[in-house]
Amino acid sequence: MLKIKNLQANIEDKEILKGINLEINPGEVHAIMGPNGSGKSTLSSVIAGKEEYTMTGGEILFEGEDLSELDPEERAHKGIFLSFQYPVEIPGVSVTNFMKASINAHRKAQGLADMPAKDLLKMIRDKSELLEIDRKFLSRSLNQGFSGGEKKRNEIFQMAMLNPKLAILDETDSGLDIDALKVVANGVNKLRSADNSVLLITHYQRLLDYIVPDFVHVMVDGKIVKSGTKELAYELEERGYDWVKPEKTV
Amino acid sequence: MAYTEDDLKKELETKEYEYGFYTDFKSDTFPIGLNEDIVRAISKKKDEPEWMTNWRLEAFREWEKMIEPEWANVHYKKPDFQAISYYSAPQTVDPNKTLDDVDPDLLAMYKKLGISVDEQKKMNNVAMDIVVDSVSVATTFKKTLGEKGIIFMSISDAIKEHPELVKKYLGTVVPQKDNFYAALNSAVFSDGSFCYIPKGVKCPMELSTYFRINQAGTGQFERTLLVADEGSYVSYLEGCTAPSRDENQLHAAVVELIALDDAEIKYSTVQNWYPGNKEGKGGVYNFVTKRGICEKNAKISWTQVETGSAVTWKYPSCILKGDNSIGEFYSIAVTNNFQQADTGTKMIHLGKNTKSTIISKGISAGKSQNSYRGLVQINSRADNARNFSQCDSLLMGNECGAHTFPYIEVKNKTAQVEHEATTSKIGEDQIFYCNQRGIDTEKAIALIVNGFSKEVLNNLPMEFAVEAQKLLEISLEGSVG
Ligand SMILES: Nc1ncnc2c1ncn2[C@@H]1O[C@H](COP(=O)(O)OP(=O)(O)OP(=O)(O)O)[C@@H](O)[C@H]1O
Ligand SMILES: [Mg+2]
Repeated sequence: MLKIKNLQANIEDKEILKGINLEINPGEVHAIMGPNGSGKSTLSSVIAGKEEYTMTGGEILFEGEDLSELDPEERAHKGIFLSFQYPVEIPGVSVTNFMKASINAHRKAQGLADMPAKDLLKMIRDKSELLEIDRKFLSRSLNQGFSGGEKKRNEIFQMAMLNPKLAILDETDSGLDIDALKVVANGVNKLRSADNSVLLITHYQRLLDYIVPDFVHVMVDGKIVKSGTKELAYELEERGYDWVKPEKTV
Repeated sequence: MAYTEDDLKKELETKEYEYGFYTDFKSDTFPIGLNEDIVRAISKKKDEPEWMTNWRLEAFREWEKMIEPEWANVHYKKPDFQAISYYSAPQTVDPNKTLDDVDPDLLAMYKKLGISVDEQKKMNNVAMDIVVDSVSVATTFKKTLGEKGIIFMSISDAIKEHPELVKKYLGTVVPQKDNFYAALNSAVFSDGSFCYIPKGVKCPMELSTYFRINQAGTGQFERTLLVADEGSYVSYLEGCTAPSRDENQLHAAVVELIALDDAEIKYSTVQNWYPGNKEGKGGVYNFVTKRGICEKNAKISWTQVETGSAVTWKYPSCILKGDNSIGEFYSIAVTNNFQQADTGTKMIHLGKNTKSTIISKGISAGKSQNSYRGLVQINSRADNARNFSQCDSLLMGNECGAHTFPYIEVKNKTAQVEHEATTSKIGEDQIFYCNQRGIDTEKAIALIVNGFSKEVLNNLPMEFAVEAQKLLEISLEGSVG
């Protein structure tokens, strides 16, 4: 589904990603862990197509297609979803209205007419129940005044609405209390199927108890320095990152 | 006329100024220039009684002594008032017109404007008056309204048919010599709408006037007079368009609202005069005086969506004369390319327990300049007066400007005046967030702008709100690279 080969990327002439290799197959869940500033969010932004980042080398293939020439919205239409580490506020635009615009934009890209209001409402009702989101919440301005946990839950609500092929969850667990974590994890697990893949970025092994990854990668200084299975996460939790850092292992 | 999402989308595909066509019908246009003879000729053309002719002449004499104001934050080449024709009328308009015998060319034009007169006849929630260049060409629903005693007709007709009402109220809120453009308008106004709602009557439909400048080299000077008698209610809509032309066209209107005891007037405008092209050539100069007076317990609410015009100079105001009266001003002003807008309101609190609310949303893009100018004046007898003002500016790009000029004059210690102002920019992060959700940049901007303007849009009647949202999107097209 996603194939990243020797990806290098800069921001403002600063090299952040220094040759990433990663392959995610349909149905797989991958987790990326790594110290602050190692480039995890940068990787997710580059996959999603944020313009501020310049790809200086390598390639990103999504279902065999080179993504580098596609606008962020085109990548979204192809089924890439990013749950933001820091979701953005849009004053005056309700969650419902935003979702309507988003869903219809996706449908338009597929040559479909707008979703009938009735269907949209039903879907919103179902997905908000799944994620235990209060209805009142949906009429509030997007992310404005939301607590940290509410923002994250809202990201996963959007994911559930859009049913993407590849969901990248950038620290979606940060700021969630235990109950919320279970709800969100449940939402993600519901999406999992043989055709959908998930890329989790997290600092905490705890999330991985709920969403069990097939692979765990460790990113340090713009590179994936170690890959393994779920057990690697436990090891990291215990020992920290020092032992995987290149200068220590070399 | 159910406006489906599809209609909306289809129309969104054509994003240049849509109303920039010119309709070629025979018109009766005066030679250019302005003097007492022209003023007399206009009056004569309209068959006006002598008092009206004299009223115009008084105004003209005052105007001659005045100079064009320069305090607004706008820069433009002053119009040559002697190079304009002050009267132009489609020739085929019959003074005793009904919709059925309107010139087919005119009807074709309405159609292009999206006004289907047939639909108008069927629809029963909007009665419409249409003013092309200088004259009113069609007023719909006269009969239905007549049954309730509501008078809704062109002001020219009203001068003849209801002189006592016109004489009693004309110029009482905006006197002839109020300001340069108001004086000019008083001298040469050619048409406009008159509306009277009798005591205790709630007008059963929206009243609407549609203004259109068609002829080249003409100015449009319409005059609207709206009287809501005691305990009555009316909602009034005003829309405007003009052909795209390289030269600037002048529009200097006067609107007077009178809300007697316990009456309520809601006045909404969607102003979409031609704004000039991307290089700043052409466009309408929109110099408008709008003011209302509230008697006891009365309420006037102005809502405006200003997307057009090259230069806008406009301050819909309320004189809160009666105790417990309420004034509201909700405004969205969008400027793009080289447009300049200096707009806002005046809330003059004279009575006790008067309340005013000002919500102004300025959106600037391109190289445009957008200024809010507002006066809140609490006079010495206005005990317990309250005002709340909120002025928000949204900037797109680095070459435009947003300015706020709030003037507050308080002469009574019991007054409560609150002013809030914010300036924000559409952030790249907001746009990327939308993009990531599949929404392209243009739609993302429209969404953000609509969200920003929501409090004002919510105040518009439904049909107008859709139109207004669409206009916002069109006006900002190409504003982010
Ligand atoms: N706009 C920018 N200008 C300069 N440097 C930037 C910019 N954006 C990110 N960086 C730098 O890129 C590096 C990687 O940042 P990134 O956000 O990808 O880290 P991360 O692995 O997601 O960290 P965290 O775990 O704290 O979320 C950091 O050193 C950061 O300071
Ligand atoms: Mg990060």
